[in-house]
Amino acid sequence: MKKTLSASTKSNLITYAMLAVIFAVVQLLSVTGNLSSLVSGLLVPICMYIILAVSLNLTVGILGDLSLGHAGFMCVGAYSSAIFSMLTKDVISADLLRYVLALLVGGAFAAIFGILIGIPVLRLKGDYLAIVTLAFGEIIKVIVNNMYIAKDIHGVHFAMLTSISDMGLDEGSKEVILNGPQGISGTPQTKSFVIAFVLVVITVAVILNLINSRTGRAIMSIRDNRIAAESVGINVTKYKLMAFSVSAFFAGVAGVIYSHNTYALQATTKNFGYDMSILILVLVVLGGIGSIKGSILSSIILISLPEILRDFQKYRMLIYAILLIVMMIVNNNPVTKAFFKKIFGSLKRLLPKKKAAEKSSEVTQ
Amino acid sequence: MSFLTYLLSGVSLGSIYALIALGYTMVYGISRMLNFAHGDVIMIGAFTLWTAASPSFFPGNPGLPTAVSILISILVCTLLGVLIEKIAYKPLRNASSLAVLITAIGVSYFLQNIALLIFGSDAKAFNSVVSFPGLEIGGMKISAETIVTITVGVLIMVGLSLFIKFSKQGKAMLAVSEDKGAAQLMGINVNSTISLTFAIGSALAAVAGILYCSVFPQVSPYTGAMPGIKAFVAAVFGGIGSIPGAMVGGILLGIIENLSKAYISTEMVDAIVFAVLILVLLVKPTGIMGKKMTEKV
Repeated sequence: MKKTLSASTKSNLITYAMLAVIFAVVQLLSVTGNLSSLVSGLLVPICMYIILAVSLNLTVGILGDLSLGHAGFMCVGAYSSAIFSMLTKDVISADLLRYVLALLVGGAFAAIFGILIGIPVLRLKGDYLAIVTLAFGEIIKVIVNNMYIAKDIHGVHFAMLTSISDMGLDEGSKEVILNGPQGISGTPQTKSFVIAFVLVVITVAVILNLINSRTGRAIMSIRDNRIAAESVGINVTKYKLMAFSVSAFFAGVAGVIYSHNTYALQATTKNFGYDMSILILVLVVLGGIGSIKGSILSSIILISLPEILRDFQKYRMLIYAILLIVMMIVNNNPVTKAFFKKIFGSLKRLLPKKKAAEKSSEVTQ
Repeated sequence: MSFLTYLLSGVSLGSIYALIALGYTMVYGISRMLNFAHGDVIMIGAFTLWTAASPSFFPGNPGLPTAVSILISILVCTLLGVLIEKIAYKPLRNASSLAVLITAIGVSYFLQNIALLIFGSDAKAFNSVVSFPGLEIGGMKISAETIVTITVGVLIMVGLSLFIKFSKQGKAMLAVSEDKGAAQLMGINVNSTISLTFAIGSALAAVAGILYCSVFPQVSPYTGAMPGIKAFVAAVFGGIGSIPGAMVGGILLGIIENLSKAYISTEMVDAIVFAVLILVLLVKPTGIMGKKMTEKV
């Protein structure tokens, strides 16, 4: 059985098994009542971070481009879906149906923005994507903070750069949806861990399948050598755009989870700005660039740890920053790389002599 | 306020952007990397001046005179720039651009959080280093800060251009940015040239930081982020890697920012500035003065 599976299938199965175990453990703990309110409040955010990290890993690890606007796509998803849910609150009464539609709306909007940003940038090489996506995140934040949407008997009204009172709404039936910097409050809430977890599984499954498909191999060939990929007939812009928009789609989905998990939705640097994009990048890098399993684990550990260890909170970003630098130098400098290889090599020789012997006997059997 | 006043303060803001953009563009030219931490060097420069000049913060410090504080600030930033290069960027000189970029982000975040731990997150009032009153010509008021930033900006830009064109080290910088290997064969010390580039870039960042905080009189750990990113936009606008491009791009961006603040909307300024970046990349990715480089296989 083991030998008929390819290495990638095996690795994917391990990822799914890991997710299943996590789900079982959480369910077991919550059924037996061993989950503190702090931890149970963290479950949905952790799912959100897993989706964010896994989808960013598609851009950073598989495509090999750095995006610093992941929080911007999340913001697009969060706001578009929250507006959708607010508008259809009375029309669609089934909560689950509305939430599923909201997920599609949020993801689609984020993907559209991903394509719009990607078309000019992905044709360029080098570090432009990082800076443009960073700029995009800031633009989205500014626009969203100056947008006003309200509903009255005449219909839905939209305005930029004014205030709700200047929009000339019908006072009797006025219903504010998006109030500039005050954001959106009263979005219908969906705080179910099970739904969020299903979304994680869908995200992981879609991205793993993408990576192991023909498309995924084309994307990875662009990462490894753009010119060689181009010369064997791979349409670089098309595949880059595809990976980038899929990544944006799932960032949008994460945004939907966020907006339907926070009663008062506001766009700040902390949740949709530079800080958030960097935090997601930290999750991806510390989990291992290109490793979906790593992204899942690092999201769980790095998001829950500072909440549980309150004293750690203050030094959290400082330590993450140092880890980021050290990880990069250790993994990419020839001298340090050789050094660590030597250490691990000698460790391997010292420790598992017995295991190796067992393994060889297994093979002969 | 007349159009001319807006234009002038735009040029003043633009000279600050140009000083920062010079640091980006020089470093990019010589080591093909986007030094994300450059914006935070600005913040460190402003905080150093604040610490040196204010009597209360550092125990036993009576509050140094402005000129001395400025010198200390420039010195600290220069050292910091060289140190960052030696510790974080030098080991990655042959690594992929992704690894270098992530390291630069790490350095940027490190500086921000160090400042956050030392100084706290609230903004500190920053006393302008300019102490003489502004001018009034024909009913048009020009603030002293505007005059000083434009003068300092122009002087530094002229000085830097002369330095690069005529001095031995300046020519070495050009040579290294053209071709590292060939420069080394000609007897140029590549390592010290790169260090010198970082030193000059960071010293300019310190000056820019002091000027920026004199115009917008406060400093916080996040002060450097915005002007840093905008100066990068300016560098791309002018053509990244090109020194006159950074100057032109910086001043143009400052004018665009101030005019859109005056005539379009104050809230949307940042969005407009970044829209300029996306527009430039769409129409002319090499910027106003950038050279088109052909790719060798």
